[in-house]
Amino acid sequence: MSGSAEAVFAPVVEVQDLVVHYGNQRVLDGVSLSVQQGEIMVIMGGSGSGKSTLLRYLLGLQRPDSGTIRMFGKDIAALNAGEWRALRRKMGVSFQGGALFSSMTVGDNVCLPLREHTHLDEQTIRIMSRMKLEVVNLAGFEHLMPAQLSGGMLKRAALARAIVMDPSVLFFDEPSAGLDPVVAAELDRLILRIRDALRVSIVVVTHELESAFAIADRITVLDRGRILMVGSVEEVKNSENQRVRNLLTRTSEEQPVDVEDYLCRLTRGVR
Amino acid sequence: MAIDVRRSGLGRATETVGRRFVAGVEDFGYGAALLAESLAWIMLGRWLNQRVRPQAIGEEMMNIGVRAIPVVAVLAFANGAMMAMQGIYTLREFGAESRVVAGIAISVVREFGVLIAGIVVAARSGSAIAARIGTMQIAQEIDALRVMGISPVRYLVAPILVAMLIMMPLLTVLSNSLAILGGGAISVMELHISPDAYLGRALAAVGIQDLVQGLSKSLVFGVLVTLVATSNGFNAAGGAEGLGRATTRSVVLSISAIVVADMIFTFFLSR
Repeated sequence: MSGSAEAVFAPVVEVQDLVVHYGNQRVLDGVSLSVQQGEIMVIMGGSGSGKSTLLRYLLGLQRPDSGTIRMFGKDIAALNAGEWRALRRKMGVSFQGGALFSSMTVGDNVCLPLREHTHLDEQTIRIMSRMKLEVVNLAGFEHLMPAQLSGGMLKRAALARAIVMDPSVLFFDEPSAGLDPVVAAELDRLILRIRDALRVSIVVVTHELESAFAIADRITVLDRGRILMVGSVEEVKNSENQRVRNLLTRTSEEQPVDVEDYLCRLTRGVR
Repeated sequence: MAIDVRRSGLGRATETVGRRFVAGVEDFGYGAALLAESLAWIMLGRWLNQRVRPQAIGEEMMNIGVRAIPVVAVLAFANGAMMAMQGIYTLREFGAESRVVAGIAISVVREFGVLIAGIVVAARSGSAIAARIGTMQIAQEIDALRVMGISPVRYLVAPILVAMLIMMPLLTVLSNSLAILGGGAISVMELHISPDAYLGRALAAVGIQDLVQGLSKSLVFGVLVTLVATSNGFNAAGGAEGLGRATTRSVVLSISAIVVADMIFTFFLSR
């Protein structure tokens, strides 16, 4: 599928040689990837692999030290304020904790992007937000406050808010984190359904193997700020790469002990 | 070896001072940028089709101004009464206690009325705003606003700034009136003058420039509290403890900023 798609469409998201430092530490080291139209790309890695950092840069919340990020073919570093706003309307984001505004009802949360970005009348806005709440099976909950929702409902409400502007690309940060397996599987099915219904490209950042294998068209495996491999679910499952295998079999990596280095670490700063 | 330790101790102290200074300058610059961006949104927002929400301004005016009325009233009345007591007691030694009325009126209108209003607002709203924005920052709600293409400054800071600029002068007028009233209650009893005579003397003592001095200070205080509280909220990090730190810092810094700014103002305006 991706073969023919590549020929016709420019990638929705394209990252080239992204390098990011936090202080002296190199968090992302030459990351390159691309997401095609209508594709679900899962960025997978353990904690500390840099996947959450990568997402922050994809969302344009931070400026890269070097490397370029293109969205819909445009370099996001070169966008002016107006172009940014236009781009934001084509992006939907579902944050890890939902990030619903706790001072508003669920309904108002979902309506907010419409109220801020469109001139639709109140009736239409209400109806459109209810439609999206229907999609995520939360119809009838719009009068509740976010604090009154369960974890799974929060994520679904956040998803409704993310898709209310009918975005062309959706980002998920750890969709199944903190959910029980049944609810997590339900959310995976919901993600697939939304891709088919809205024909959006989806980028999912997760450490959950099961969820990644269930929804991914392609998987990018990130480890210590570098990309280990990019491939289909089958390719990742059959990978010979030791680090990928470790991730799949949930074994922690054996760090070879360098005695000199170890003593150095222990005695650093001690006189 | 001893020399080495001393030098490193001094070096460290110098480094700390340097870092604090740079951090202070950074805070100042951040505040200035926040102010510039808020003003830009307030003035150009409507034109850019990104207006500052009137409803939010109304809510902030309620929180910042109207709900502060009882506290401001009580503190101002008590302060006016105290000034009358101290003034009468002190000036009696010189047989000049009749001058106390003019003294109260001028110092209240120039100084203490606005200072009381400012400190009450800093304590009430400085903490509330920092806590609210800090919670939103930690729950990724600020990020959510940004990825929706909604400027957090326009959405959160600008309404507070407008509300402050409207409510601070009003609270100051209220504070002035009640402080003079408090002073009157004591003066009428102690000096055996009629309320009419007290009020006449008080009003005769106050010139228009005294009132202008007080009210212009109130605008400066409003801006200071807004910037200190919102910037501390935006920079909150590190969970519940960090939030507590941001809130405390916001109150302490905004009250300090008010008092120091007051001193500088008075220095230049009273020459």
